[in-house]
Amino acid sequence: MTTDGRTLYDKIWDQHAMVTEEGETLLYIDRALFHEGSSHAFAKLEREGRSVARPRQLFAFNDHYVPTTGREKGVDGIAIPEIRNMVLKLAANTAKHGITLFGIDDPRQGILHIVPPEQGITQPGLVIAGADSHTSTHGAFGSLAFGIGASDMMHVMATQTLWQRKSKTMRIAVEGPLGFGVSAKDVILAIIARIGAGGAAGYTIEYTGGAITAMNMEARMTVCNMSIEGGGRAGMVAPDDTTFAYMEGRPFAPKGAAWANALATWKVLRGDADATFDREVELDAAQIAPMVTWGTSPEHSLPVTGVVPDPRNTADATKGAEIAAALDYMGLKEGTPLAEIAIDRVFIGSCTNSRLDDLRAAADVARLGRTKVPAWVVPGSQLVKRAAEQEGLDRIFTAAGFEWRDPGCSLCTAINGDQLQPGERCASTSNRNFRGRQGPGGRTHLVSPAMAAAAALTGHLTDVRDLMRRG
Amino acid sequence: MEPFTTLTGIAVPLDEPNIDTNQLCPTRFNKVPRGPEYARVLLHDRRFNADGSEKEFILNAEPYRQAKVVVADRNFGCGSSRESAVFALFEFGIRCVIAPSFGDIHANNCVKNGILPVVLPAADVAALRRQLREQVGATLAVDLARQTVTDPTGREHRFDIHPVRKLCLLEGLDDIARTGQYAARFAQFETAYRAQKPWLFN
Repeated sequence: MTTDGRTLYDKIWDQHAMVTEEGETLLYIDRALFHEGSSHAFAKLEREGRSVARPRQLFAFNDHYVPTTGREKGVDGIAIPEIRNMVLKLAANTAKHGITLFGIDDPRQGILHIVPPEQGITQPGLVIAGADSHTSTHGAFGSLAFGIGASDMMHVMATQTLWQRKSKTMRIAVEGPLGFGVSAKDVILAIIARIGAGGAAGYTIEYTGGAITAMNMEARMTVCNMSIEGGGRAGMVAPDDTTFAYMEGRPFAPKGAAWANALATWKVLRGDADATFDREVELDAAQIAPMVTWGTSPEHSLPVTGVVPDPRNTADATKGAEIAAALDYMGLKEGTPLAEIAIDRVFIGSCTNSRLDDLRAAADVARLGRTKVPAWVVPGSQLVKRAAEQEGLDRIFTAAGFEWRDPGCSLCTAINGDQLQPGERCASTSNRNFRGRQGPGGRTHLVSPAMAAAAALTGHLTDVRDLMRRG
Repeated sequence: MEPFTTLTGIAVPLDEPNIDTNQLCPTRFNKVPRGPEYARVLLHDRRFNADGSEKEFILNAEPYRQAKVVVADRNFGCGSSRESAVFALFEFGIRCVIAPSFGDIHANNCVKNGILPVVLPAADVAALRRQLREQVGATLAVDLARQTVTDPTGREHRFDIHPVRKLCLLEGLDDIARTGQYAARFAQFETAYRAQKPWLFN
């Protein structure tokens, strides 16, 4: 099947493999991450009368259910009792089992894919399991990180292990420099457009190439985050000096002699030159334009310079029916230039695009005008929020008419009080344009932070490059 | 867990690709504790209006309210890792989903709850859906031990399944009993691993 050379994935796998039986391997799990929604896993643990094996290797986050305003009142500020109860339940469950919680009042609070990297909890070479499909984000550090359901999370809680079958491997190489106004979000949307929403199902992705290695950690996290939207449970980037520079000095990162030891193991953590992948995909970075989605799957995307596709222009009747159904839900007419689609709202946030660099990119555009539609900026964590405020980004946003809110999943999960009204159309930096994802009947167009800010200033989907050139 | 051995039941065709777990269980229902209420949650926003009245949707029509099998299109259950999507299928009465491909996490979650995910070639799945459209209420017979699906014409479709998944479903086992047998190996592994990477355990 393969030569002797091992991929990065193979090496991390081998370092964590305890037993292999009938083609399934019992893997040691270094870290597990979860949020309020893990009430099902705790309920199962309780029902079966089990205890938590390694509480210090589990980390919990209040993010999905926290409101993004009125946070000075803490948990009492949550108006809806069922939502407040989810936040309280996580606090009770984690306290009972001695699990670290980044709770609603914590000055480090934030989204479970934003906080662990900024705290140094995410490190190269780890196996990280998360009760959330966007756990793939952490692969940006050269770890094997993937989402699991409640039954598997209960298994991790009880044993600090998980039975897994080895996946196939896919290398996605993005070569060459990115064009003006093109970001990591556009890269991953272009990748998904190429491979399809199920294209990487059964694979672990390794992203390589000059465009990837030139990215900072925040951009790499955006790419790895949406691996799951291409069907891949995990996506990773080999760790390098950019990774190590980002990590050094973070609270949970090793210090002193331990740092030197860790660094020595991380520096050799990369695939062998003669390692082969089950599938190779290559993209030319120069060909990637700012992307927008027009439909109800992340694979329904096109460069912003394009037009809404015509279902009659496809030879495949099934594909035609799929496009027609998506356009019907989205309320769009074939042939409409994407840059003429009027929007009702803008959301800048989510585990895909709510880090400091994302907010800087959005602010650079925001300073060019005034919002024409309601537009929210929701930082990914309290640390991001404070850092942005120190740079004055909040003032740029508010001066331009954007609303500057408190950290959480907000309009991406739409279960915390923030949601679209039926029929509302949103330019969003989140990761899923599924039907109803941002609220029943809501319509989502996925874009980069700069593209979202541009849409806020014009009231319609907009090629941010035009705005930036005009200045 | 309820074992899965054989099943003969009404099969409902769902012709759309990429039916994501957000649709199977809209996020706001994730907080509902596991129980019979999940029957109504399945594809809730496709089946019900905001006022709770029913929309025209195949799962709201007889005989599909009694369906035990879903025959779907590619990438069924993509998206979120929520196991509540499986609770919704299960409580509605579904015990088997047949599709050309699945979201990996969802297929795994199905197996942990006694629902059999069957992968068959896209052309065969499309043919099954066509048959089911033509013969409303037709049943499919699924035999896990033999790894076959028998369509209304009597044709057998053989499917592949990983031996461990097959065993767990047939016997109604979950992983944790299996893991327990390796407690000594775990202790030995962890001691060595901690010595190798002490900084992870401070």
